[in-house]
Amino acid sequence: MIEAELARCVASFRPGATGVTGAAKLSGGASQETWTFDIVHPDGTIGAILRRAPPGFGAAPSRAAGLDAEASLMQLAHDAGLPSPRVLHVLNPEEGLGTGFIMARVEGETIARKILRDEQFAKARPLLARQLGKVAAGIHGLPAAKLPKLRQMTATKEIGDLEREYRSFDWPRPVFELALRWLRDHDPGPSDEVTLVHGDFRHGNLIIGPDGVRAVLDWELAHFGDPMEDLGWICVNSWRFGEIDKPVGGFGSREELFAGYEETGRKVDPVRVMFWEVMGTLRWGVMCCGMMQRFRTGPDHSMERAMIGRRASETEIDLLRLLAPRGR
Amino acid sequence: MQDEPTPNELIKAVADFLRSEIAPAIEGHNAFKLRVGINALDLVIRQLTLAQAADAAEAARLQKLLGTDGSLFELNRALSEKIAKGEIDLQTPGLAEHLWQTTMDKLAVDQPNYASYKREIGTASKS
Repeated sequence: MIEAELARCVASFRPGATGVTGAAKLSGGASQETWTFDIVHPDGTIGAILRRAPPGFGAAPSRAAGLDAEASLMQLAHDAGLPSPRVLHVLNPEEGLGTGFIMARVEGETIARKILRDEQFAKARPLLARQLGKVAAGIHGLPAAKLPKLRQMTATKEIGDLEREYRSFDWPRPVFELALRWLRDHDPGPSDEVTLVHGDFRHGNLIIGPDGVRAVLDWELAHFGDPMEDLGWICVNSWRFGEIDKPVGGFGSREELFAGYEETGRKVDPVRVMFWEVMGTLRWGVMCCGMMQRFRTGPDHSMERAMIGRRASETEIDLLRLLAPRGR
Repeated sequence: MQDEPTPNELIKAVADFLRSEIAPAIEGHNAFKLRVGINALDLVIRQLTLAQAADAAEAARLQKLLGTDGSLFELNRALSEKIAKGEIDLQTPGLAEHLWQTTMDKLAVDQPNYASYKREIGTASKS
Protein backbone atom coordinates (compact mmCIF):
# COMPACT_ATOMS: atom_id res chain seq x y z
CA MET A 1 0.00 0.00 0.00
CA ILE A 2 2.72 2.43 0.98
CA GLU A 3 4.68 1.38 -2.14
CA ALA A 4 2.11 3.08 -4.42
CA GLU A 5 2.37 6.37 -2.53
CA LEU A 6 6.15 6.08 -2.39
CA ALA A 7 6.34 5.36 -6.13
CA ARG A 8 4.35 8.53 -6.93
CA CYS A 9 6.50 10.56 -4.55
CA VAL A 10 9.78 9.12 -5.85
CA ALA A 11 8.87 9.86 -9.48
CA SER A 12 8.50 13.54 -8.55
CA PHE A 13 12.07 13.99 -7.26
CA ARG A 14 13.90 11.27 -9.19
CA PRO A 15 12.96 11.56 -12.87
CA GLY A 16 13.02 8.20 -14.62
CA ALA A 17 12.27 6.18 -11.51
CA THR A 18 9.83 3.45 -12.49
CA GLY A 19 8.70 2.29 -9.05
CA VAL A 20 9.48 1.18 -5.55
CA THR A 21 10.10 -2.35 -4.21
CA GLY A 22 10.82 -4.11 -0.96
CA ALA A 23 9.19 -1.57 1.36
CA ALA A 24 9.45 -2.82 4.95
CA LYS A 25 8.89 -1.08 8.26
CA LEU A 26 12.09 -1.12 10.35
CA SER A 27 10.82 0.47 13.52
CA GLY A 28 8.28 2.81 14.86
CA GLY A 29 5.74 3.64 17.48
CA ALA A 30 2.41 5.24 16.71
CA SER A 31 3.82 8.66 15.92
CA GLN A 32 7.08 7.99 14.05
CA GLU A 33 8.11 5.27 11.60
CA THR A 34 11.22 4.25 9.68
CA TRP A 35 10.83 2.32 6.39
CA THR A 36 13.42 0.84 4.08
CA PHE A 37 12.75 0.48 0.35
CA ASP A 38 14.44 0.40 -3.06
CA ILE A 39 13.89 2.95 -5.81
CA VAL A 40 13.80 1.17 -9.20
CA HIS A 41 15.60 3.22 -11.82
CA PRO A 42 17.02 2.36 -15.27
CA ASP A 43 20.46 3.58 -14.05
CA GLY A 44 20.37 1.15 -11.12
CA THR A 45 18.48 0.50 -7.91
CA ILE A 46 18.81 3.10 -5.17
CA GLY A 47 18.52 2.04 -1.53
CA ALA A 48 16.40 4.49 0.44
CA ILE A 49 15.01 5.11 3.92
CA LEU A 50 11.78 6.92 4.76
CA ARG A 51 11.51 8.55 8.16
CA ARG A 52 8.06 9.94 8.76
CA ALA A 53 5.23 10.80 11.08
CA PRO A 54 2.20 9.23 9.34
CA PRO A 55 -0.68 11.52 8.35
CA GLY A 56 -2.43 12.75 11.51
CA PHE A 57 0.69 12.50 13.70
CA GLY A 58 2.33 15.85 13.03
CA ALA A 59 3.11 17.08 16.52
CA ALA A 60 6.43 16.06 17.99
CA PRO A 61 7.00 15.65 21.74
CA SER A 62 8.53 18.70 23.40
CA ARG A 63 12.16 17.50 23.37
CA ALA A 64 12.11 16.43 19.73
CA ALA A 65 13.70 18.66 17.11
CA GLY A 66 11.03 17.76 14.54
CA LEU A 67 11.47 15.88 11.27
CA ASP A 68 12.07 19.02 9.20
CA ALA A 69 14.93 20.02 11.48
CA GLU A 70 16.29 16.45 11.38
CA ALA A 71 16.35 16.56 7.59
CA SER A 72 18.20 19.85 7.44
CA LEU A 73 20.74 18.77 10.07
CA MET A 74 21.40 15.52 8.23
CA GLN A 75 21.90 17.40 4.96
CA LEU A 76 24.16 20.01 6.61
CA ALA A 77 26.28 17.22 8.13
CA HIS A 78 26.49 15.51 4.74
CA ASP A 79 27.48 18.76 3.01
CA ALA A 80 30.19 19.35 5.64
CA GLY A 81 31.76 16.00 4.76
CA LEU A 82 30.64 14.24 7.95
CA PRO A 83 29.46 10.61 7.73
CA SER A 84 25.78 11.28 7.17
CA PRO A 85 23.20 10.00 4.67
CA ARG A 86 22.24 12.27 1.79
CA VAL A 87 18.69 13.62 2.09
CA LEU A 88 16.88 12.77 -1.14
CA HIS A 89 13.54 14.46 -0.51
CA VAL A 90 11.52 16.27 2.15
CA LEU A 91 7.86 15.16 2.09
CA ASN A 92 5.09 17.52 0.99
CA PRO A 93 1.68 17.16 2.68
CA GLU A 94 -0.07 16.59 -0.68
CA GLU A 95 1.95 13.40 -1.25
CA GLY A 96 -0.15 11.67 1.41
CA LEU A 97 2.82 10.17 3.24
CA GLY A 98 2.66 12.44 6.27
CA THR A 99 5.62 14.60 7.33
CA GLY A 100 9.23 13.54 7.17
CA PHE A 101 11.92 12.87 4.62
CA ILE A 102 13.58 10.26 2.41
CA MET A 103 17.31 9.65 2.65
CA ALA A 104 19.87 7.45 0.93
CA ARG A 105 20.30 4.11 2.69
CA VAL A 106 23.80 3.58 4.10
CA GLU A 107 24.77 -0.10 4.36
CA GLY A 108 26.25 -1.25 7.65
CA GLU A 109 25.43 -2.30 11.19
CA THR A 110 23.78 -0.40 14.06
CA ILE A 111 23.36 -3.28 16.55
CA ALA A 112 25.93 -2.85 19.31
CA ARG A 113 26.41 -6.52 20.13
CA LYS A 114 27.32 -7.30 16.51
CA ILE A 115 29.63 -4.30 16.22
CA LEU A 116 31.40 -5.34 19.44
CA ARG A 117 31.66 -9.08 18.72
CA ASP A 118 31.49 -9.90 15.00
CA GLU A 119 34.73 -10.70 13.19
CA GLN A 120 33.91 -8.39 10.27
CA PHE A 121 34.22 -5.35 12.58
CA ALA A 122 37.47 -6.51 14.27
CA LYS A 123 39.60 -4.05 12.27
CA ALA A 124 37.13 -1.19 12.75
CA ARG A 125 36.78 -1.47 16.53
CA PRO A 126 40.19 0.00 17.48
CA LEU A 127 39.55 2.94 15.14
CA LEU A 128 36.05 3.88 16.24
CA ALA A 129 36.68 6.00 19.36
CA ARG A 130 39.10 8.29 17.56
CA GLN A 131 36.87 8.48 14.46
CA LEU A 132 33.84 9.34 16.59
CA GLY A 133 35.80 12.04 18.42
CA LYS A 134 36.48 13.64 15.07
CA VAL A 135 32.87 13.26 13.95
CA ALA A 136 31.58 14.84 17.19
CA ALA A 137 33.96 17.77 16.67
CA GLY A 138 32.63 18.14 13.13
CA ILE A 139 29.04 18.23 14.40
CA HIS A 140 29.95 20.83 17.02
CA GLY A 141 31.65 22.90 14.37
CA LEU A 142 28.71 23.07 11.93
CA PRO A 143 28.12 26.72 10.97
CA ALA A 144 25.60 28.20 13.41
CA ALA A 145 24.08 30.52 10.81
CA LYS A 146 22.78 27.61 8.72
CA LEU A 147 21.29 25.58 11.57
CA PRO A 148 17.53 25.21 12.07
CA LYS A 149 15.74 26.50 15.15
CA LEU A 150 16.33 24.13 18.10
CA ARG A 151 15.76 24.24 21.85
CA GLN A 152 18.67 25.53 23.92
CA MET A 153 19.76 23.52 26.95
CA THR A 154 22.13 24.06 29.87
CA ALA A 155 23.29 21.65 32.55
CA THR A 156 21.06 23.44 35.07
CA LYS A 157 17.96 23.10 32.85
CA GLU A 158 18.74 19.47 32.17
CA ILE A 159 19.04 18.68 35.91
CA GLY A 160 15.68 20.40 36.45
CA ASP A 161 14.01 18.42 33.66
CA LEU A 162 15.39 15.13 34.95
CA GLU A 163 14.34 15.88 38.51
CA ARG A 164 10.80 16.84 37.43
CA GLU A 165 10.44 13.66 35.42
CA TYR A 166 11.81 11.47 38.21
CA ARG A 167 9.50 13.09 40.80
CA SER A 168 6.48 12.54 38.53
CA PHE A 169 6.95 8.76 38.92
CA ASP A 170 6.38 9.06 42.69
CA TRP A 171 8.67 6.12 43.43
CA PRO A 172 11.55 6.83 45.84
CA ARG A 173 15.03 5.93 44.61
CA PRO A 174 17.76 6.99 47.05
CA VAL A 175 20.52 6.39 44.46
CA PHE A 176 18.82 8.75 41.97
CA GLU A 177 18.48 11.33 44.77
CA LEU A 178 22.21 11.01 45.45
CA ALA A 179 22.94 11.51 41.76
CA LEU A 180 20.64 14.56 41.51
CA ARG A 181 22.32 16.06 44.55
CA TRP A 182 25.77 15.37 43.06
CA LEU A 183 24.76 16.94 39.76
CA ARG A 184 23.47 20.09 41.48
CA ASP A 185 26.66 20.31 43.57
CA HIS A 186 28.88 19.82 40.49
CA ASP A 187 26.90 21.84 37.93
CA PRO A 188 29.66 23.45 35.87
CA GLY A 189 27.40 26.32 34.75
CA PRO A 190 26.86 27.41 31.17
CA SER A 191 29.62 26.33 28.78
CA ASP A 192 31.93 28.97 27.30
CA GLU A 193 30.84 27.89 23.87
CA VAL A 194 27.30 26.90 22.90
CA THR A 195 27.19 24.62 19.85
CA LEU A 196 24.93 22.20 18.08
CA VAL A 197 24.69 19.03 20.22
CA HIS A 198 23.58 15.79 18.54
CA GLY A 199 21.90 14.72 21.76
CA ASP A 200 21.83 10.95 21.16
CA PHE A 201 25.36 10.16 19.98
CA ARG A 202 25.69 6.43 20.81
CA HIS A 203 25.23 2.86 19.58
CA GLY A 204 22.03 2.41 17.66
CA ASN A 205 22.36 5.78 15.99
CA LEU A 206 25.72 5.03 14.35
CA ILE A 207 26.09 2.94 11.20
CA ILE A 208 29.37 1.03 11.37
CA GLY A 209 31.06 -0.85 8.54
CA PRO A 210 34.20 -2.98 8.46
CA ASP A 211 36.03 0.29 7.68
CA GLY A 212 34.61 2.24 10.63
CA VAL A 213 31.92 4.92 11.07
CA ARG A 214 29.74 5.33 8.00
CA ALA A 215 26.87 7.46 9.23
CA VAL A 216 25.42 9.29 12.20
CA LEU A 217 21.64 8.98 12.39
CA ASP A 218 18.70 10.22 14.42
CA TRP A 219 18.92 13.93 15.12
CA GLU A 220 15.63 13.82 17.02
CA LEU A 221 17.21 15.10 20.25
CA ALA A 222 19.49 17.69 18.64
CA HIS A 223 19.70 20.99 20.51
CA PHE A 224 22.05 23.85 21.31
CA GLY A 225 24.16 23.45 24.41
CA ASP A 226 27.44 22.28 25.92
CA PRO A 227 29.35 20.29 23.26
CA MET A 228 30.86 18.11 26.02
CA GLU A 229 27.39 16.55 26.47
CA ASP A 230 27.84 14.36 23.36
CA LEU A 231 31.22 13.10 24.62
CA GLY A 232 29.79 12.25 28.05
CA TRP A 233 26.72 10.48 26.64
CA ILE A 234 28.72 8.10 24.45
CA CYS A 235 30.73 7.08 27.56
CA VAL A 236 27.64 6.06 29.59
CA ASN A 237 28.10 2.45 30.73
CA SER A 238 24.69 1.43 29.38
CA TRP A 239 26.17 1.71 25.83
CA ARG A 240 29.20 -0.50 26.56
CA PHE A 241 27.21 -3.72 26.29
CA GLY A 242 29.36 -5.64 28.74
CA GLU A 243 32.73 -4.24 27.63
CA ILE A 244 32.86 -2.07 30.74
CA ASP A 245 36.59 -1.33 30.60
CA LYS A 246 36.23 0.39 27.22
CA PRO A 247 34.26 3.50 28.16
CA VAL A 248 33.53 4.69 24.62
CA GLY A 249 30.76 2.41 23.36
CA GLY A 250 32.57 -0.72 24.58
CA PHE A 251 35.22 -0.30 21.87
CA GLY A 252 37.58 2.48 22.91
CA SER A 253 39.13 4.74 25.52
CA ARG A 254 38.33 8.29 26.50
CA GLU A 255 41.89 9.22 25.51
CA GLU A 256 41.27 8.04 21.93
CA LEU A 257 37.91 9.84 21.77
CA PHE A 258 39.46 13.05 23.08
CA ALA A 259 42.48 12.78 20.76
CA GLY A 260 40.19 12.44 17.73
CA TYR A 261 38.16 15.41 18.94
CA GLU A 262 41.22 17.61 19.47
CA GLU A 263 42.73 16.69 16.10
CA THR A 264 40.31 19.22 14.65
CA GLY A 265 41.54 22.05 16.85
CA ARG A 266 38.59 21.88 19.26
CA LYS A 267 39.25 21.43 23.00
CA VAL A 268 37.95 18.76 25.38
CA ASP A 269 37.05 19.58 28.99
CA PRO A 270 37.33 16.17 30.75
CA VAL A 271 35.65 17.42 33.94
CA ARG A 272 32.59 18.50 31.98
CA VAL A 273 32.61 15.22 30.04
CA MET A 274 32.52 13.31 33.34
CA PHE A 275 29.68 15.51 34.59
CA TRP A 276 27.66 14.67 31.46
CA GLU A 277 28.47 10.98 31.85
CA VAL A 278 26.88 11.03 35.31
CA MET A 279 23.94 13.04 33.92
CA GLY A 280 23.60 10.59 31.03
CA THR A 281 23.64 7.57 33.32
CA LEU A 282 20.85 9.10 35.40
CA ARG A 283 19.00 10.14 32.24
CA TRP A 284 18.95 6.57 30.93
CA GLY A 285 17.77 5.39 34.37
CA VAL A 286 14.91 7.91 34.33
CA MET A 287 14.06 6.84 30.78
CA CYS A 288 13.84 3.20 31.95
CA CYS A 289 11.41 4.30 34.68
CA GLY A 290 9.44 6.20 32.03
CA MET A 291 9.13 2.99 29.97
CA MET A 292 7.64 1.29 33.02
CA GLN A 293 5.12 4.17 33.38
CA ARG A 294 4.08 3.90 29.75
CA PHE A 295 3.77 0.14 30.09
CA ARG A 296 1.41 0.59 33.01
CA THR A 297 -0.68 3.52 31.82
CA GLY A 298 -0.27 3.73 28.07
CA PRO A 299 -1.63 1.73 25.16
CA ASP A 300 1.69 -0.08 24.66
CA HIS A 301 1.29 -2.90 27.18
CA SER A 302 4.35 -4.79 25.94
CA MET A 303 6.72 -7.13 27.77
CA GLU A 304 9.68 -5.25 26.30
CA ARG A 305 8.65 -1.97 27.91
CA ALA A 306 7.90 -3.70 31.19
CA MET A 307 11.30 -5.37 31.23
CA ILE A 308 13.13 -2.12 30.40
CA GLY A 309 11.59 -0.79 33.62
CA ARG A 310 13.62 -3.44 35.41
CA ARG A 311 16.82 -2.08 33.90
CA ALA A 312 16.75 1.15 35.93
CA SER A 313 18.73 -0.67 38.61
CA GLU A 314 21.58 -1.11 36.11
CA THR A 315 22.00 2.65 36.11
CA GLU A 316 21.89 2.68 39.93
CA ILE A 317 24.93 0.39 40.16
CA ASP A 318 26.69 2.46 37.50
CA LEU A 319 25.92 5.68 39.39
CA LEU A 320 27.34 4.14 42.57
CA ARG A 321 30.45 3.04 40.66
CA LEU A 322 30.87 6.66 39.52
CA LEU A 323 29.95 8.50 42.73
CA ALA A 324 30.75 6.09 45.58
CA PRO A 325 33.31 3.60 44.23
CA ARG A 326 34.17 0.83 46.67
CA GLY A 327 37.76 0.28 47.79
CA ARG A 328 39.62 -1.90 45.35
CA MET B 1 -2.69 -22.73 53.01
CA GLN B 2 -2.35 -23.19 49.25
CA ASP B 3 -1.15 -26.51 47.96
CA GLU B 4 2.02 -27.37 46.12
CA PRO B 5 3.64 -26.93 43.63
CA THR B 6 4.73 -23.40 44.63
CA PRO B 7 4.34 -20.43 42.26
CA ASN B 8 8.09 -20.61 41.87
CA GLU B 9 8.01 -24.22 40.70
CA LEU B 10 5.08 -23.58 38.35
CA ILE B 11 6.71 -20.59 36.68
CA LYS B 12 10.00 -22.46 36.33
CA ALA B 13 8.23 -25.38 34.64
CA VAL B 14 6.61 -22.98 32.14
CA ALA B 15 9.87 -21.10 31.52
CA ASP B 16 11.79 -24.33 30.98
CA PHE B 17 9.16 -25.57 28.51
CA LEU B 18 9.23 -22.31 26.53
CA ARG B 19 13.03 -22.32 26.52
CA SER B 20 13.62 -25.91 25.45
CA GLU B 21 10.54 -26.77 23.34
CA ILE B 22 9.10 -23.56 21.89
CA ALA B 23 12.07 -21.21 21.43
CA PRO B 24 13.90 -23.45 18.92
CA ALA B 25 10.75 -23.58 16.76
CA ILE B 26 10.19 -19.80 16.52
CA GLU B 27 11.90 -17.26 14.28
CA GLY B 28 12.07 -13.53 13.67
CA HIS B 29 10.59 -10.84 15.86
CA ASN B 30 8.49 -13.32 17.81
CA ALA B 31 11.66 -15.22 18.77
CA PHE B 32 12.99 -11.98 20.24
CA LYS B 33 9.71 -11.38 22.09
CA LEU B 34 9.70 -14.93 23.39
CA ARG B 35 13.21 -14.44 24.75
CA VAL B 36 12.06 -11.27 26.54
CA GLY B 37 9.12 -13.23 27.95
CA ILE B 38 11.34 -16.05 29.22
CA ASN B 39 13.66 -13.46 30.78
CA ALA B 40 10.64 -11.96 32.55
CA LEU B 41 9.64 -15.34 33.98
CA ASP B 42 13.21 -15.97 35.15
CA LEU B 43 13.21 -12.54 36.83
CA VAL B 44 9.97 -13.36 38.66
CA ILE B 45 11.49 -16.64 39.89
CA ARG B 46 14.56 -14.78 41.22
CA GLN B 47 12.33 -12.21 42.94
CA LEU B 48 10.19 -14.91 44.57
CA THR B 49 13.36 -16.61 45.77
CA LEU B 50 15.44 -13.64 46.92
CA ALA B 51 13.32 -10.58 47.64
CA GLN B 52 11.86 -11.48 51.03
CA ALA B 53 15.22 -11.78 52.79
CA ALA B 54 16.69 -8.81 50.91
CA ASP B 55 13.68 -6.60 51.75
CA ALA B 56 13.88 -7.50 55.45
CA ALA B 57 17.59 -6.68 55.59
CA GLU B 58 17.00 -3.42 53.68
CA ALA B 59 14.25 -2.39 56.11
CA ALA B 60 16.49 -3.14 59.10
CA ARG B 61 19.32 -1.02 57.62
CA LEU B 62 16.94 1.84 56.85
CA GLN B 63 15.47 1.81 60.37
CA LYS B 64 18.97 2.05 61.81
CA LEU B 65 20.04 4.78 59.38
CA LEU B 66 16.90 6.89 59.91
CA GLY B 67 15.99 6.03 63.48
CA THR B 68 12.34 5.58 62.45
CA ASP B 69 9.97 2.77 61.56
CA GLY B 70 7.60 2.33 58.63
CA SER B 71 6.94 0.34 55.47
CA LEU B 72 9.80 -0.19 53.04
CA PHE B 73 8.24 2.40 50.73
CA GLU B 74 7.91 4.97 53.55
CA LEU B 75 11.47 4.34 54.73
CA ASN B 76 12.84 4.75 51.20
CA ARG B 77 10.81 7.93 50.79
CA ALA B 78 12.21 9.29 54.07
CA LEU B 79 15.79 8.46 53.04
CA SER B 80 15.24 10.03 49.62
CA GLU B 81 14.01 13.26 51.20
CA LYS B 82 16.98 13.42 53.55
CA ILE B 83 19.44 12.89 50.69
CA ALA B 84 17.67 15.55 48.60
CA LYS B 85 17.89 18.04 51.49
CA GLY B 86 21.55 17.18 52.15
CA GLU B 87 20.78 15.93 55.68
CA ILE B 88 22.32 12.55 54.80
CA ASP B 89 25.21 12.18 52.39
CA LEU B 90 28.08 9.84 51.56
CA GLN B 91 29.92 11.05 54.68
CA THR B 92 27.07 9.70 56.83
CA PRO B 93 28.24 6.39 58.36
CA GLY B 94 26.41 3.49 56.79
CA LEU B 95 24.85 5.28 53.79
CA ALA B 96 27.28 4.10 51.11
CA GLU B 97 27.20 0.54 52.45
CA HIS B 98 23.39 0.61 52.54
CA LEU B 99 23.03 1.91 48.99
CA TRP B 100 25.56 -0.59 47.69
CA GLN B 101 23.93 -3.57 49.42
CA THR B 102 20.42 -2.52 48.34
CA THR B 103 21.54 -2.02 44.75
CA MET B 104 23.40 -5.33 44.64
CA ASP B 105 20.28 -7.08 45.95
CA LYS B 106 18.18 -5.40 43.23
CA LEU B 107 20.60 -6.44 40.50
CA ALA B 108 20.62 -10.02 41.79
CA VAL B 109 16.93 -10.09 40.85
CA ASP B 110 16.78 -7.68 37.87
CA GLN B 111 19.95 -8.34 35.85
CA PRO B 112 22.46 -10.75 37.44
CA ASN B 113 24.35 -10.89 34.12
CA TYR B 114 24.95 -7.14 34.00
CA ALA B 115 28.71 -6.65 33.67
CA SER B 116 29.00 -3.99 36.40
CA TYR B 117 27.21 -6.32 38.82
CA LYS B 118 29.45 -9.27 37.97
CA ARG B 119 32.51 -7.05 38.44
CA GLU B 120 31.31 -5.83 41.85
CA ILE B 121 30.45 -9.36 43.00
CA GLY B 122 34.04 -10.30 42.15
CA THR B 123 35.37 -7.27 44.01
CA ALA B 124 33.36 -8.12 47.11
CA SER B 125 34.57 -11.70 47.24
CA LYS B 126 38.21 -10.65 46.77
CA SER B 127 38.21 -8.11 49.61
